[in-house]
Amino acid sequence: MLHITTLHYLVLGAALFLLGVIGVLTRRNVVIVLMSIELILNAVNLNLVAFSRYWQGLHGPGALHGQVFAIFVITDAAAEAAVGLGILIAFFRNKETVNVDEVNLLKW
Amino acid sequence: MLFLDHIWLIPLFPAAGAAIMFFFGRRLQKGTVSTVCVGSVVLAFLMACGAVLQYTNWAPAHEHQPYQKILYTWLGTDTGHLNFQKSDGTAASLQADAGFLLDPLSSIWLLFVTGVGMLIHIYSTGYMAHEGGYYRFFGYLNLFMFSMLTLILANNYVLMFVGWEGVGLCSYLLIGFYFQRKSASDAANKAFIVNRIGDAGFILGMFFIAWMCGSLRFIDVTGFARDHAASLMGNPIIGAATLLLFVGACGKSAQLPLYVWLPDAMEGPTPVSALIHAATMVTAGVYMVARSNALFVLAPKSMLVVAIVGALTAFFAASIGLVQNDIKRVLAYSTVSQLGYMFMALGVGAFAAGVFHVFTHAFFKALLFLGAGSVIHAMSGEQDMRNMGGLSSKIPVTFRTMFVATLAIAGIPGLAGFFSKDEILWQAWRFHPALWAIGFATALMTAFYMFRLVYLTFWSPSRVTSHDVEHHIHESPKSMTVPLVILAFFSLTAGYLDVSESLGGSKQFDKFLAPVFANTAQASEAPSAGEESHRTEDVLMFLSVVGALLGWYVARRAYANAEKGYVEPIAAGAPPVYDVLLNKYYVDEGYDYVFTGRRKLGNVRLGVMGLGEASSWFDSHVIDGAVNGAGRITRFTATFSSWWDKWIIDGIGVNGPAILARMLSYPARLFEVGLVQWYALVMTAGLVGFVFYYVYH
Repeated sequence: MLHITTLHYLVLGAALFLLGVIGVLTRRNVVIVLMSIELILNAVNLNLVAFSRYWQGLHGPGALHGQVFAIFVITDAAAEAAVGLGILIAFFRNKETVNVDEVNLLKW
Repeated sequence: MLFLDHIWLIPLFPAAGAAIMFFFGRRLQKGTVSTVCVGSVVLAFLMACGAVLQYTNWAPAHEHQPYQKILYTWLGTDTGHLNFQKSDGTAASLQADAGFLLDPLSSIWLLFVTGVGMLIHIYSTGYMAHEGGYYRFFGYLNLFMFSMLTLILANNYVLMFVGWEGVGLCSYLLIGFYFQRKSASDAANKAFIVNRIGDAGFILGMFFIAWMCGSLRFIDVTGFARDHAASLMGNPIIGAATLLLFVGACGKSAQLPLYVWLPDAMEGPTPVSALIHAATMVTAGVYMVARSNALFVLAPKSMLVVAIVGALTAFFAASIGLVQNDIKRVLAYSTVSQLGYMFMALGVGAFAAGVFHVFTHAFFKALLFLGAGSVIHAMSGEQDMRNMGGLSSKIPVTFRTMFVATLAIAGIPGLAGFFSKDEILWQAWRFHPALWAIGFATALMTAFYMFRLVYLTFWSPSRVTSHDVEHHIHESPKSMTVPLVILAFFSLTAGYLDVSESLGGSKQFDKFLAPVFANTAQASEAPSAGEESHRTEDVLMFLSVVGALLGWYVARRAYANAEKGYVEPIAAGAPPVYDVLLNKYYVDEGYDYVFTGRRKLGNVRLGVMGLGEASSWFDSHVIDGAVNGAGRITRFTATFSSWWDKWIIDGIGVNGPAILARMLSYPARLFEVGLVQWYALVMTAGLVGFVFYYVYH
């Protein structure tokens, strides 16, 4: 039985992160972009939890400080999704589209 | 004391008449107009007689003081706003009353002004009967009477000046009565403007008197002058004041060099010439000088000026009168000449003699003018004596009365003019024989031109040009001839009021006036006593009678048989002299060159008006040019400054960095594409770049 080490978690987190970045950079639908951002955040969460677990191994089961970061990030992600979807709805009402490449007004 | 207490009513009667004419005259019948206007003057005359009579009873009990009635303070208050500093440094306040003064001097003027004025008003009802503007004429005449009586009865210089200006205004209005005629309105303007020059002198003289005496009341001024006679003798302020007053008198009484308006004033209706420009208004200057006698005796140089100006005027005007052809103009120059006599008398200190001549002159000169008016009336408006002749039988009353006046003015013994003129000549002789010589020559010329007038008008063969006129000659109505007869009576008798001692008289007139001229009487009485001087006086009297008869004789030889196209003896003997005299010594032309600005040399106006134009040119070209030049320099500087601000400061200093910033912005803008995924890609690439950098560095 293969023992799951911290490295495994990190590889998985990196993979998820890459998937998220590729999604943000390539997809045109804003909803998908937001979902990709969630992937990135969760990849980070995974890293934080993994390091926290590693820290527990070193300092005993009471060293749970790292877990708290993850909970902060989840809260933050929820707020961010709410704001992002709010902007999305306002945007859709104006332009009847959710394609991010048609949002190019903010330039010189 | 009824009349004396209500002396202020005398001027108010004619004032009321004038007011009625002003407001209602247009709607009144001619008969009503005559009743109101003549009636007001008759009332004034009766009132004046009563007042003078009461004064003569009142005076002996009051040391022959003037009677003064002050109604209220008219100018100046006790608020101190009109305070000023006298020449000796003490404070005084300018005050003028609406006050009236009756003394022998004003009594005389009062009597003959109202008396002659009344007769002329009556005469005018006949003379003006066929003229338009009847009510206007009588309104003006009444206004004139009001002003003249104010002038005479005023108790101070300021109120006197009000009357003085009032008579000037009425003179203007009446000279310009036929205002449709350009010559009449020009003559009116001339009279008014020339009088302004004199009036300016009067006002300045008043200021000097106030500065010296601190009061303008005649009583105060006279008292001041007599109380300080010793210390004020030859005082320069009094000298200036008297000279300036005399300038005023020169304007009003037509003396050299301001006499030019009086001959032209004959444009007015003839009764006006008689009333204003012969008998009353023109003697206002004499009145004013006589009224100021206490000041004049303190300024011997001013007296000398008065005497010389008077003598020259008398001679000058009489010589012009020798050759004039207009019957009224002869009389006008005669008036100027006689006024010169009066001033000569005042100037030599013989105030009473001057005043006496005013008194007698008022009768015979008014009579001459009214007679001339009657002649003109008979001749259907003809005034040129060359077209008259042979009128003595056709208008006998006019002829006889005018002949009496001629005898009077020529100085034939027994008539009014003889006594007054002889007194003046005698006083002039005592002052200086040269003055007597001028006066004597004038008397000679007076006799000549007056008999010339009589011969040409009444005795010589008829030279009337048109048969219509010839046929139409008629004696004037009763309203005109009765005043002539009354005036003729006074021309005959007025002289007996002042028969001199050498003729066995007692000089009633002088004695009556003595309180007014108190200080001067002492000075002039002293050398007059004595058998020697009486003999000289008799010789002079004999000479002047001979002179008058000589003038008559010469005129008779020259004009008794003057046919049509007769030649003037002066023109035959000395044509240049005749030309100069006929053209009045070219004085009007000279004034045109010097004062009025009617003459030009090329484009340049001459005289003071030319000086004015030159000053105006200097102002508009040099002074204003400098101003405009300064303006142009400022404007040029401003233009340059504006250019500098716009192109250098704003252009290079302010806009320059902005333009630079914009230029630099073009490459920077290329990064900003507006696509959120592009920005994300850049961020990612940057992140990757940083990671590689830190990992492999």
